[in-house]
Amino acid sequence: MGRDQRISLLAEFFRQLGEVAFLSSKTFRNLFKRPWEKKIFLQQLEEIGVRTLPVISLTAAFGGLVFALQTYLGFHRYIGPGSEAYGGPIISLGLTKELIPILVGLMAAGRVGSSMAAEIGTMKITEQVDALFTLGADPNRYLVVPRTVAAFLMLPCLTIFGDIIGIICGLIYNVVIMGVNGTVYLRNTLLYLELWDVLTGVLKAGVFGVIIAVIGCWQGLKAEGGAEGVGRATTRTVVIASISILISNFFLSKFLPGNLSL
Amino acid sequence: MIRIIDVRKSFGPKKVLNGVNLEIRTGETMVIIGQSGSGKSVLLKLLIGIMKPDRGEINVDGMNITALRGDELLRATRRFGMLFQAAALFDSMTVAQNVAFGLERYTDLGPDGIRTRVADCLAKVGLSGIEGLMPYELSGGMKKRVGLARAIAYRPEIILYDEPSTGIDPIRADAINELIILLKKEMTVTSVVITHDMVSSYKVADRIALLYEGRIVEIGTPEAIKNSANAVVQQFIHGRAQGPITNW
Repeated sequence: MGRDQRISLLAEFFRQLGEVAFLSSKTFRNLFKRPWEKKIFLQQLEEIGVRTLPVISLTAAFGGLVFALQTYLGFHRYIGPGSEAYGGPIISLGLTKELIPILVGLMAAGRVGSSMAAEIGTMKITEQVDALFTLGADPNRYLVVPRTVAAFLMLPCLTIFGDIIGIICGLIYNVVIMGVNGTVYLRNTLLYLELWDVLTGVLKAGVFGVIIAVIGCWQGLKAEGGAEGVGRATTRTVVIASISILISNFFLSKFLPGNLSL
Repeated sequence: MIRIIDVRKSFGPKKVLNGVNLEIRTGETMVIIGQSGSGKSVLLKLLIGIMKPDRGEINVDGMNITALRGDELLRATRRFGMLFQAAALFDSMTVAQNVAFGLERYTDLGPDGIRTRVADCLAKVGLSGIEGLMPYELSGGMKKRVGLARAIAYRPEIILYDEPSTGIDPIRADAINELIILLKKEMTVTSVVITHDMVSSYKVADRIALLYEGRIVEIGTPEAIKNSANAVVQQFIHGRAQGPITNW
């Protein structure tokens, strides 16, 4: 790759970053303006929350099971038989702080982000976004704000739900399937899992929600060129949102305090 | 009075509008004709503020539309109604919700008032009783008429028509032309019609302007346009493949 190509790629990257930053700041400013699109907001709460619940349940259940399986193996192999009951807090900590928020984020990027990009992209290429404007509705306030707020609120809810399912499935695997001492497992889990661990994951999920909604709306609003353009916007949303979630997760994990007393 | 003063708009290296000057009088129907891709729709979007020009000014009764931003611009669009080329109906809403959309934002009408106004507007475009249908259940001509009902529902002063007769059969197209004339008479609106359909142009226009190479090159009454000595105008209105536009 030549020097000019590298410079133009870098320029394109910063141009797109600028577009996202502009959309995000406009969305934030519009949060405080009236009228509030309550109907769209409620529809989005349902779309992001209720309709994503089945896929999150399944993901969290199998995420919990496989994490419990590997933790059981690890304790059994390296510490010795009988030590598996100490896996409870590790499973719960890993699930609530990392695995469930990440899984919820990635699943929501695939289901919710892509659907936002496809819906808004179709509206854009069929001039429905322009029609909104001519009929007195600011497209950002009508399309982006309710989706962003709904995703910010619903992803934490989905994460809490996923945490519960994941922890229960981890417990079922260890106690019911592998015969680990249930009392010790539960006592250890409750003793070592702190509220802040759960809150860290919930906070991350809120950030992921904003990332998914902003990227989905951004890609939808810049879609052009017919059905192919909508397809491209949808694919880009999933890729960009997933990568952004993974990168931001590292930084959030790094910079959020390990516990509240720190 | 709408004044378009030296408006320029480019997309990348392509200059679409290159110094458009045009005056549209209050209450008249101005038809802007031109080839596909000549920038007619862009001009319409600049007029209503969907796009911003690179240079120039658009004045509506002394108010500079191009200088307005945010909520000010949204308030100014209250004066405009727009019929889009493919109607642009909101496909997740019923016909009634589509027509009521602008009413809910631009007027103080209550639910009953909105219901009555929606029924009136649908009756005006000859589509009474279809309030509960979804856009996908409508034919192309019906969609355009619902789009028109939506555009006139809040009684705008200026109506913009983007290719009103494109994509529908000649009989439906003529029905739309009749509606444009009727609305002008009943609501005394200023109309700006973008089209390349000369039959429609002659029927609805008070004046016709030809947009060519990013500029208005001819303007006049339908009669004056028919008798124009400009070779570009003659090639366009007669739809000849050979002439100065195509350089053949």
